[in-house]
Amino acid sequence: MESSPSFSTSFSSPPSTNPIPNPNLDSQPRLTVTQLEQLKVEEKVAEIYRLLNGVSAHARSLMSELWCDKHVEFLTRGLKQLGPSYHVLDANRPWLCYWILHSIALLGEPLDTELENDVVDFLSRCEDEDGGYGGGPGQLPHLATTYAAVNTLVTLGSENALSSINRDNIYKFLLRMKDSSGAFRMHDAGEIDVRACYTAISVASILNILDYELVKDVGNYILRCQTYEGGISGEPGSEAHGGYTFCGLATMILINEADRLDLSSLLDWVAFRQGVECGFQGRTNKLVDGCYSFWQGGVLALMQRLLPIVAKQLTPSSVSGESSLGSTCNIKSSDLAGQGSGKLSDVSFSFIKRHTESGPLFHTIALQQYILLCSQVLEGGFKDKPGKQRDFYHTCYCLSGLSVSQYSWSKDAGACPLPTAILGPYSNLLEPIHPLHNVVLDKYYISHEFFSRS
Amino acid sequence: MSSSDDDDERIPFIQRPEWSDVRPVPQDDGPHPIVPIAYHDDFRETMDYFRAVYLADERSRRALDLTTEAIGMNPANYTVWHFRRLVLEALNVDLHEERDFIDEIAVRNSKNYQIWHHRRWVAEKLGPQAADKELEFTMMILALDAKNYHAWSHRQWVLQSLGGWEKELDYCCKLLEDDIFNNSAWNQRYFVITRSPLLGGLQAMRDSEVSYTVEAILANPQNESPWRYLRGLYKGDTDLLVSDNQVSDVCLKVLKTNHNYIFALSLLLDLLCYGFQPSHELKRVVQFLGKTETDSSDANLATTICSILETVDPMRSNYWAWRKNNLPSQVC
Repeated sequence: MESSPSFSTSFSSPPSTNPIPNPNLDSQPRLTVTQLEQLKVEEKVAEIYRLLNGVSAHARSLMSELWCDKHVEFLTRGLKQLGPSYHVLDANRPWLCYWILHSIALLGEPLDTELENDVVDFLSRCEDEDGGYGGGPGQLPHLATTYAAVNTLVTLGSENALSSINRDNIYKFLLRMKDSSGAFRMHDAGEIDVRACYTAISVASILNILDYELVKDVGNYILRCQTYEGGISGEPGSEAHGGYTFCGLATMILINEADRLDLSSLLDWVAFRQGVECGFQGRTNKLVDGCYSFWQGGVLALMQRLLPIVAKQLTPSSVSGESSLGSTCNIKSSDLAGQGSGKLSDVSFSFIKRHTESGPLFHTIALQQYILLCSQVLEGGFKDKPGKQRDFYHTCYCLSGLSVSQYSWSKDAGACPLPTAILGPYSNLLEPIHPLHNVVLDKYYISHEFFSRS
Repeated sequence: MSSSDDDDERIPFIQRPEWSDVRPVPQDDGPHPIVPIAYHDDFRETMDYFRAVYLADERSRRALDLTTEAIGMNPANYTVWHFRRLVLEALNVDLHEERDFIDEIAVRNSKNYQIWHHRRWVAEKLGPQAADKELEFTMMILALDAKNYHAWSHRQWVLQSLGGWEKELDYCCKLLEDDIFNNSAWNQRYFVITRSPLLGGLQAMRDSEVSYTVEAILANPQNESPWRYLRGLYKGDTDLLVSDNQVSDVCLKVLKTNHNYIFALSLLLDLLCYGFQPSHELKRVVQFLGKTETDSSDANLATTICSILETVDPMRSNYWAWRKNNLPSQVC
C-alpha cells in the first residue's frame, strides 16, 4: 500500500500521498537531475504544509486567506508605472494590460471610468491600421497581443471599449495570418504553432467573425499535435505540454471538432499532471508551476463538459483505430453546443450555457491549497513556486486557476458554489470565468450580446 | 539587458556622426499611458532611432547594426527581428555570420520564441549543409537544460527539413542514460522511431522498443514516462496492445512487488476497457491488493481496480470515480 507519511495535507481533506520514491528502496544507484530537482521542490512545499497542519484552525483559516487588497494594490501600481527592468516586456504591453486587468476583474474590483478610457486609448495606439494589435505603439501586429488586447477590451466591457475594436480589420488580419496548412502564424512571416491557432480562433469567436474560411483545416493541424502521451504539443512531434493542450483543446471546441481528438487519452494525461505538491506540472516529470493551475485546470474544466464524448470514446466499438473516432461517435460536439443555429460563433456561448452533470475531475481543494499557500505572495501577487519571484503573468494565471477550481462543482456556469468547494474563508470566492477565452463570465456575456447585434 | 561594460562603452546615437541625418521618432504612448515602462535612456534612445529607420524602411548596413543593438537590449521584440530579416535579405549578408550572432544571444535567452524562429529562418536559407551545426547547437543548449522546449522543437525541425538522423537514436539513449526521467528525451525517442527514414518506422522498431521500455519500467515503476511511451508504441493498434503479453506481463510484475503500482493498475484498467481477458494470476494479484485497500471483493476486476486507485491515488480520486462509473458494459 502507498502509505502516507510526511507529506500529509489532511486539512480540508486534500489527499495525502506518498510523495517520492523512497531513495533507499530505489534500485537506482543515484538520483537523476529530474529526481533531485523534484525532491527539492517537494521539501519546500512539504515544509509549508507541515506548518499549516501544526497550527490552530483559526490560524489555518488565516493562512489560506486570499489577500485581495494586497493583490489589487500590486496590480493597480503596475498599471500605472513599471520599473526599467520591464523593458524585456516592451513588446508585450497588451499582455501586461490583460494580465493585470483580468486579475483585477477576477477579484471583483471595479475600475474608474477615467482609467478605463486610458486603457482604450492606449490599446488603440497599439492597433495596426491594417488590422490587429502589436506589442506596443507602432509595433507589427501579432496574434498573441491581438488576443490580449481583445480580451482586455472585453474585460473592460464598456460601450467605448467594445466599439473601439475594428472587427473588419481584425478579420482581414486573421486571414492574412492563416497558412496554407490551415494553421496560423503569429505575425507576418512569423512562427506557426498551436498558440497562434488558439489566439486567432478565440478572437474570431468572441468578436463573432468566425467563419469557415478561418476554420478550414485548422483542426487537422491540432490533431497532428496530439502526442502519444495524450496531451497536445506546440508543433507536430513536440512534447505534450499544458499550455498547448489548453490552446489546442479550446480551439477544437470553438470550431466544433473536439470529438476528433482522442479525448480519453487527453483526459488521462491531464489528470496525472496534478502532483503531490497539490498544484499542476506542465509536462510529464517536470516541476509544479502555479501558472498551470489555469492551463491544466482549465483543460480539466473544459473536459468536464465533454465527458459524454469521452465516455463514448471509451467504448470498444470506437477505440480500435483512431481514425474511426470521428465517424463512429454518435455524440458530436454539435450536440454539446445545444440547439444553436449552427453558427460557429454560437459554439462558445452554447458550450458555457450547457448544464453539466459531472463534478470536477481533479482535486480542487488541493489546487486551491497550492495556489494560496505556495504561490501567493503576502505583499501582493502570485509566483510560480516557493523561492521564485512574483510577476503579473503568474498572478493572472494563478487567479484564473483559483476561480476555475472554486466553481468546478457548479452544474451551471457561474452558479454560486457551496462553502465546502472553497478553501479558506468564503470571501476568497473570485468571479467565475468563461474557460474557453479566460475572461470573466459576466464580461463575456456583455460582449456576446454586443457583438451579436452586428 | 545590456551589461554594465556595454553601458560604459556605448556612445549615444545623438553623438554618432553617421546618424546625424536621422531624426529619432519617440514612442506614441499618448497623454495617459497604461503599463508605462520607465525606460533607461539608452533603451529609449535606441528604440527612437529604430522607429526612425523602420518607418523609413531603410535597409542599410547601419540599420542592421542598429537592430543588433536593439535586439541586445530586448531580444523579445519581434518587430525588430522581422525588420532585421528584411535588411539581411536586402543586403545579401553572409548568413554564417548571422548564425554566429544568434549563437551568442541564444545561450542567454534560450526560452525566447523570436530567437529560435530567426534561427530556423537562417538555417532554412543555409540548407542541408547547416544540419550538423544546428544539431550541435541544440545539443549545447540541451546540455544546459535537457528539457528546453524550443531547443527540442528546433532539433526536430532540423532533422525533418535538413537531415542528420544518423546518430539521433544514440543521442536519445545517452540522454536517457543520464536521466531516465527526462520525458523530453522519451518524446524525442518516439519522434525518431516513428519518423526517422533510416529505421523503418514504428512497426519495425516495436519489438526492440518494447524490451527497452519494459526494462526502464521495471527499474523505476514510479517513472510515468516509460509507461506512457509503452502505450504510445501501440498507438492506433489497440488490438495489438491488448493481445501482446509483454504489456500485461509488465503490469503483473510490478503489481506483484506490491509497491509503486499506480501506473500498472492504470494501464491494466485501460487494457480491460479495450477488451483484455485477464489471467487468473492477474485477477488474484489485483484482488489481493483490493482486499487490503477496499471492500469491493465481489465486483468485477475493472471496478476493483478503480476502487483501489481511488484509495491509493487520492489526488485523482474524482477521476477514478468517474472512470468507475463509465466502464464499458462488457468489461471484465
